[in-house]
Amino acid sequence: MKKIQITDVIFYGVGGQGVLTAAEVMGWAALLNGHHVKKTEVHGMAQRGGSVESFIRFGKQVYSPLPVDSHVDFLVCLHPEEHVRFKDNLKPRGVDLIKYLEKAREAVADKKQFTNTFMLGVLSHYLSIPESCWLTAMEKVFHRSIEENKAFFAQGRKMGGSL
Amino acid sequence: MSLHRKDENLFLFSGNEALAQGAYESGLQFAAGYPGTPSTEIIEYLSHLKEVDCQWSVNEKVAFEVALAAAIGGKRSLYASKHVGLNVAMDSLMTSSYVGVNAGFVIVSCDDPGMPSSQNEQDSRCFAKVAKIPLLEPSSPSEAKEFVKKAFEISEQFDIPVMVRMTTRICHTKENVALGLRTEIPVRPFGVNAQKYVMVPRNAYQRHINLEERLVKLKAWAEKTSLNKIEISDKKIGFIANSVVYFYAKESYPEASFLKLGMSFPFPENKVKDFCRKVKKVFVLEELEPFLEEHIRALGVKNVQFKDPSFRVGELRPEDILSIVKGKKKEHKKTISRPPSLCLGCPHRFVFDLLKKLNVVVAGDIGCYTLGFSPPYESLHTCLCMGSGITFFEGLSRSIDKKVVGVIGDSTFVHSGITGLINAAYNKTKGTILILDNGTTAMTGGQSHPATGTTVKGELTKQLSLEAIAQAAGADTVDVIDPAKHQEFEELLRRRIEENNLSVIIVRRPCILLIKSQKKQ
Repeated sequence: MKKIQITDVIFYGVGGQGVLTAAEVMGWAALLNGHHVKKTEVHGMAQRGGSVESFIRFGKQVYSPLPVDSHVDFLVCLHPEEHVRFKDNLKPRGVDLIKYLEKAREAVADKKQFTNTFMLGVLSHYLSIPESCWLTAMEKVFHRSIEENKAFFAQGRKMGGSL
Repeated sequence: MSLHRKDENLFLFSGNEALAQGAYESGLQFAAGYPGTPSTEIIEYLSHLKEVDCQWSVNEKVAFEVALAAAIGGKRSLYASKHVGLNVAMDSLMTSSYVGVNAGFVIVSCDDPGMPSSQNEQDSRCFAKVAKIPLLEPSSPSEAKEFVKKAFEISEQFDIPVMVRMTTRICHTKENVALGLRTEIPVRPFGVNAQKYVMVPRNAYQRHINLEERLVKLKAWAEKTSLNKIEISDKKIGFIANSVVYFYAKESYPEASFLKLGMSFPFPENKVKDFCRKVKKVFVLEELEPFLEEHIRALGVKNVQFKDPSFRVGELRPEDILSIVKGKKKEHKKTISRPPSLCLGCPHRFVFDLLKKLNVVVAGDIGCYTLGFSPPYESLHTCLCMGSGITFFEGLSRSIDKKVVGVIGDSTFVHSGITGLINAAYNKTKGTILILDNGTTAMTGGQSHPATGTTVKGELTKQLSLEAIAQAAGADTVDVIDPAKHQEFEELLRRRIEENNLSVIIVRRPCILLIKSQKKQ
């Protein structure tokens, strides 16, 4: 049996940063692009300002909701102090988007709530999911400030690949 | 599987949402539960559907009985809670298999392996066995949707409540789920039948005979059902696996043979023996308790290997499968992780600041305020289960020569604190209990309860008065205070602690997340 190609992404940070929301957009974008998606996360007590993470896996068919050897293709970390938690879990040719976090923070300035959307934009540069899927995904997940979210997403998408 | 397609009808659904949708499509008419991670979203999802009469109940025992009775009355019904919630309904659960149902009744119990949000990691499968009810275990959100439909059918075919056992990793995993149409099920007539529904000893004895007969039939059914599925591939290595663990193994060993157990009670002995005959070396994979293991050991098959007992603790993860195959022990790794803390602006912060200052022993309870145990407060000293903030206050007061304060949240007080308060008053306990009233069930995301005056559907209803019920339970004094008024709060608490009375102070200030979400709307 041939090994099924699956893309593994982890979003992580601290409760309240929009980690789970970003993962939700990613999940929808992959689904809308025709992938089978499994996305797994923690709820409840841990969310009260504690460490939060969400794994997303997509491809033709996904069995396990967690990556089998705990290694992923993309690390999307939203908090510099949390980075250490999964920095060693990157596949050999994987991409760590931590190098964009500072840029994201500069770009959103005092509108910190859009950091997750900017980072999604960066991530989208590396994935072969059409932009239309991302935009529809954002419309499904964000209930407010949709245009502003799309604008920060576009900024991030443009930044992707530059570092 | 035809998931690799673009489909307008596909949604990214969590296991909880998928299960709720499956129940809805099965013609579900009534649902009840009490919030608890990882189960909360089941009732929340159902509350948005106009065809389903749905409620947050006072506690799980109440939810279970109301839902079972609704099924006996003729409507397809569902109960949902977290694993420890089912403990509260244990009394009702144990006799429910005797009386059986009328329309289908499904019990959803959501276990929390690894305890990201619980006080223990008990295994609900053991409850299904001891309560003598069939047990279904989906492995994914899409299976949760299908299995709950099956559960209603089994429940009606065999006149028995059916447990669907979920785990955190299934409840809170999302995947592509296709929506289907609802089948309307007519309400079944309720016929008076005292022999079946009145559990006095003579009737119960006959119902126990009847139950054992139903279980024999269910066992035969479990042997045949495709819920228990043999997949023969490489005959050198095979896995018997349940729940999400099946998928971990399936991805790690795509060429192995599998016996996927989707219905593990009554246990399909012959199917297991058959599988073990076909495959040379068999590994049994299951999270938590050795439930499958004990059944399989009793069969006396020789070519089977079980996990080391160290793997009974915590969640099984994909990387553990290889360790189990190699017969290794679990390494309990310490991971770096930021601990949770009380939110900025949380009213509980004022309370624990003060309790720390007063240097009293504090009996705590389940909720956000349990975090008062951790730095910088370190001023909550016990927490066992729902309601123990008051009962531990009483017990500790009887033993310790120091001031003891009981702390309990508003939702928790209504859930199981009232009986403790009556007991304390009845048995002449002196001391002070704080009801931390933040106007919501905060820990699980802000659900309504009787003292909020709104239902799960957001409708206004009778509002329970915490003041009146505390007084009626026998508190000598009942005060209401805003903890943000530091000085008044401190003066009041100091005074009440020194009195030779049973005092209740309702510490009332809304949850900061509740205020934020109201501002957004």
